[in-house]
Amino acid sequence: MPVYNQSRSRVIQLIFVAIFLIITAQLLHLQIFSSEYKIQAENNAIYRKVVYPDRGIVYDRKSRAILENTIMYDLMVTPKDARGADTTILCAILGIDTAEFRKRMVTAIIKNTSYKPSVFAALVSDDIYAQLNENMYRLPGFVLSERPVRKYPFEAAANVLGYLGEVDTTFLRKHKGEGYEMGDYAGMTGLESSYEKVLMGQRGVKRYIRDNKNRIQGAYENGVYDTAAIAGRNLYSSIDVDLQLLAEKLLGNKIGSAVAIDPKTGGILAMATSPSYNPNLLTGSERRKNFSKLVLDTARPLLNRAIKGQYPPGSTFKPLGALVALDEGLINPSFGYPCGGAYYSCGRPVKCEHHDAGHAASLRLALSHSCNSYFSQVFRMAIDNPAFNSPQEGYLKWKEYMNAMGLGVRLDIDLPSEDKGNIPDTARYNRDFGGTRWNSCNILTLGIGQDRMLATPLQLANAMCFIANKGYYYTPHFIDSVEHETAADTGLHKYRVKHKVTNISDEDFEAVQLAMLDVTVSGTAVGAKIDGINICAKTGTAQNPHGKNHSLFVAFAPKEDPKIAIAVVVENAGFGATWAAPIASLMMEKYLNDTISAKRLPEVERISKADLIPEAIKHWYAVKDSIKLAKLAKQIDADKAPVFENTTDNRKNTFDPEAEPDRKDNSDSTDKKINKSPAINQQQQQIKKPGKKNG
Amino acid sequence: MAKASHNPISKGVDWMIIWLYAILVAIGILCIFMVEYNPDTFSAASFFTFNTNYSKQLLFAGVCAIVAIFILLSDSKLYTAFANLFYVFGILLMLLTFVIGKDINGSRSWIPLGGGFNLQPAELCKIFASLALAKYLSQLDTDFTKTKSQAIAVAIAMSPALLSIMQNETGLALAYSSFFIVMYREGLPGFILVIGFSFGVLVVATLIMEPNTLAIILTIIAAGTVYFMRRQIKRERILLAIIIGVWGLCVGIQRFAVPYIFNNVFECYQSQRIYNAVGKDYDCSQNKSAKNAAAASKTVVKPDDYNVRQSKIAIGSGGLIGKGFLKGTQTRGKYVPEQHTDFIFTSLGEAFGFTGCLLFLGLYMVLLFRIIYVAERQRSTFSRVYAYCIASIIFFHIAVNVCMTIGLFPIIGIPLPLISYGGSSLLTFTVLIFILVRLDADRQMVLR
Repeated sequence: MPVYNQSRSRVIQLIFVAIFLIITAQLLHLQIFSSEYKIQAENNAIYRKVVYPDRGIVYDRKSRAILENTIMYDLMVTPKDARGADTTILCAILGIDTAEFRKRMVTAIIKNTSYKPSVFAALVSDDIYAQLNENMYRLPGFVLSERPVRKYPFEAAANVLGYLGEVDTTFLRKHKGEGYEMGDYAGMTGLESSYEKVLMGQRGVKRYIRDNKNRIQGAYENGVYDTAAIAGRNLYSSIDVDLQLLAEKLLGNKIGSAVAIDPKTGGILAMATSPSYNPNLLTGSERRKNFSKLVLDTARPLLNRAIKGQYPPGSTFKPLGALVALDEGLINPSFGYPCGGAYYSCGRPVKCEHHDAGHAASLRLALSHSCNSYFSQVFRMAIDNPAFNSPQEGYLKWKEYMNAMGLGVRLDIDLPSEDKGNIPDTARYNRDFGGTRWNSCNILTLGIGQDRMLATPLQLANAMCFIANKGYYYTPHFIDSVEHETAADTGLHKYRVKHKVTNISDEDFEAVQLAMLDVTVSGTAVGAKIDGINICAKTGTAQNPHGKNHSLFVAFAPKEDPKIAIAVVVENAGFGATWAAPIASLMMEKYLNDTISAKRLPEVERISKADLIPEAIKHWYAVKDSIKLAKLAKQIDADKAPVFENTTDNRKNTFDPEAEPDRKDNSDSTDKKINKSPAINQQQQQIKKPGKKNG
Repeated sequence: MAKASHNPISKGVDWMIIWLYAILVAIGILCIFMVEYNPDTFSAASFFTFNTNYSKQLLFAGVCAIVAIFILLSDSKLYTAFANLFYVFGILLMLLTFVIGKDINGSRSWIPLGGGFNLQPAELCKIFASLALAKYLSQLDTDFTKTKSQAIAVAIAMSPALLSIMQNETGLALAYSSFFIVMYREGLPGFILVIGFSFGVLVVATLIMEPNTLAIILTIIAAGTVYFMRRQIKRERILLAIIIGVWGLCVGIQRFAVPYIFNNVFECYQSQRIYNAVGKDYDCSQNKSAKNAAAASKTVVKPDDYNVRQSKIAIGSGGLIGKGFLKGTQTRGKYVPEQHTDFIFTSLGEAFGFTGCLLFLGLYMVLLFRIIYVAERQRSTFSRVYAYCIASIIFFHIAVNVCMTIGLFPIIGIPLPLISYGGSSLLTFTVLIFILVRLDADRQMVLR
């Protein structure tokens, strides 16, 4: 047959070419000219996972870990694979019913689809973990996944070590560009916060390929773009955890604080504040619940009173007043004042505890007996120093001494939000008295550590270091060194600089130290004496507007070679010698002798059990408990009546299983509450034992 | 002729086509391998375990090789002699599906063969239809300029398509329309192609444009035509009537026919796919079948363009040179559904990028042009028509499949020749191509 229509062959070829050109054009558009598909493919497939390194560990001075990491377990479920799981066993172990089980499953599927694992029970307890682990073979689709959690093995120093918390928007704004993301945890208080950068280490990022169901398929590009996580560095602190534990024990059932510092280095040996809390409460699954409880507690267990508690130092200030006067040459150690039981020179008499003549015949006697008249006089002499033109100038000079000794200024300890106490400015008094008309008499009680003077226990302990060292101190701090310290770690430099802030002569210090030695030998705190150790100390009984006097005690020992300087404050507890002194004495004995002598052990028990919590706070607890009981009673009624809002049944449906996986039933907590209230009553009935008379 | 049986089978065989065939099949297996590859379970042995798609495809390829050898060994006269018989057999097979057919993915077009293998007669019918069409057009008494002959040819080509539509296999049915290219080559009036093309443009324009805007544009075109042809119209009044008639038809299609078909004939998902291809969204609430389903209180899932979107992402993210062999994230993550069959092109586009796609399509082009070249050198009409049939079928598959993956064409289930996973498809194209090679080898003989 003849070939005809040959030209149409060309047409067909043209059609082929045309279509191929159209395809090529679209391919050019998709592959070369638009970048959106590349981005979309990456969004689709690349899963960026932040790898959190282990946080650094904090050690005490004997290299015992006081803050470390532990592994807790989350029970994870992949709902798709969990069909054959033995739910009866699982429910029995977790103590939930099948309805609850189903609810959690549904939650998991809604949150994370049935192809991806989600948390079924967060941070299960050790015994549940053991049981689950045994029965894992019956629970396909369930896995126990590790989760690092902070652990405080000694359950001590909660307010010093601090806790981790989820970062909020404010935090993120402040720490822009430091790699934090929503949902991260960061140190919120204490050392966890101050040394966050060192402890957190360096986060790694891993990129994975995920599939259409969001399951991880493997590393992206064999991990070329991954960055390794670098573990946080450890911190070596100066804390002596035994001493810390003792301090916390002794401060039990009291409100107050104790700070012990090694004067030679400025390293803090112990910093106790009371009431405190078990830091492990803020790590596990119950964190949120416990935290709100602690925040609402009127005794404020989250407050570190050692740096945030501002107390009038009272008589504990007197050695410093003496030093100023000695250095200014206004008195010499043999200076005496005829005190007859009060200081009358300024109109309104300032009472003194002692009446017998000659109790203030010399600096040594006056200090050891804590004579108010003597130090009022000394203070006036300092303010009215003829070397200055006006009391204001004299006061400014005096304030300069105080600030140099670390009072009224922030010491810059390595804990966040330290308070600076108060040594008022002249401007303050100018306002109080309407101009510069005030004189030494108006501010007389400053001389005995009252008036507007406020100091934190840390400042008082630091002042003891200053006296113990005869004129210098190191800024108090917890962290002596950081693991693998480099030149970039400048944070610790300031703690290695000696602060020689005044030029007070050694003789003056010697005089004051001798007088302070007498306090425990023949003065106000004879009870604080430890056999074989010369303790230089000073008691304080500070009047305050909040009720009963605060009991204060400052000391350092041994006198010849000071190893520990200490300040103890017990709020509303009366005389300094009654409570603060024995606490400090026991702590010093523990630290210096490494143990407490057998004959004083009962003393430890007696003090730790003594309940000195002010009535107002106890009342608050009682009211809270009664409200709880009333609510409970209502709930029991409500169980019989038709269900209204805010009852047990309703609340059961709304609680978050992730936050409170161990929560079972309200009946449990009911028992606890009922058990608790008699305990409170017992505490209230406890009679306070009278302390030793203030010598 | 007796001489042929003495010659080795390789005599006169067009090696270029065979090589291109082999290369494409190999690429196909590699593509399926890319889709299925999982570094955790992969071992070299898994190519021969036959429980993965790529090893199965390898098996199919082996079977195809044997079939190819048989075809090359056969006598080319066989195909001319039995063409009509084959065709009848094919039609019978298709009818058989209505009786013993197996329902796979909603289409009743499979005949179970046992052992997990199924046969799709509609695929095989492509071969038979090609042979039958070639046979008919090569008959001495066929005068293709006559409308009657054209109608018979169309009937031969379109009967399997009709059966396919009845089997709910629109995609396969569409493939039969490629026979129009052949018929055009053999003398079908050119205006039919023009009309078909114009109709396509009109439908797309209807989908893209506001109805009123399009009506105005059509009216302006009609008015313009009348103005420019006013002299001719004066001489022949009938022209005016034709122009007005065409204008009325176009507006009618645009105004009523297209919306009616989309709302009442197509299923919701089909309308949606077509709308997606032109970048529009279809409102399923107008769809009759969707309404019916809703009335029967079945949930109507509005289909989205997930397939095309992921397919475009896969290809688009390939860039100029691609992500590399086995490194495609879309492929590894199985984001593209049906990637081993209809969307196999995406794995290639992602792994080897624009360069790879161009080379790959170039390979196809070489094959197509080679087939056309081979067609034009045939002395017998039968062989020529048959060659064009193959070229058209392969071209149509490539064009529709690739356009579908890059979002230029609505999604219909049409495989990529020699690449997509599937035994039926591979076997069909093998037989198609090797019959041509056989016929071409005997091109010196005068066949009918």
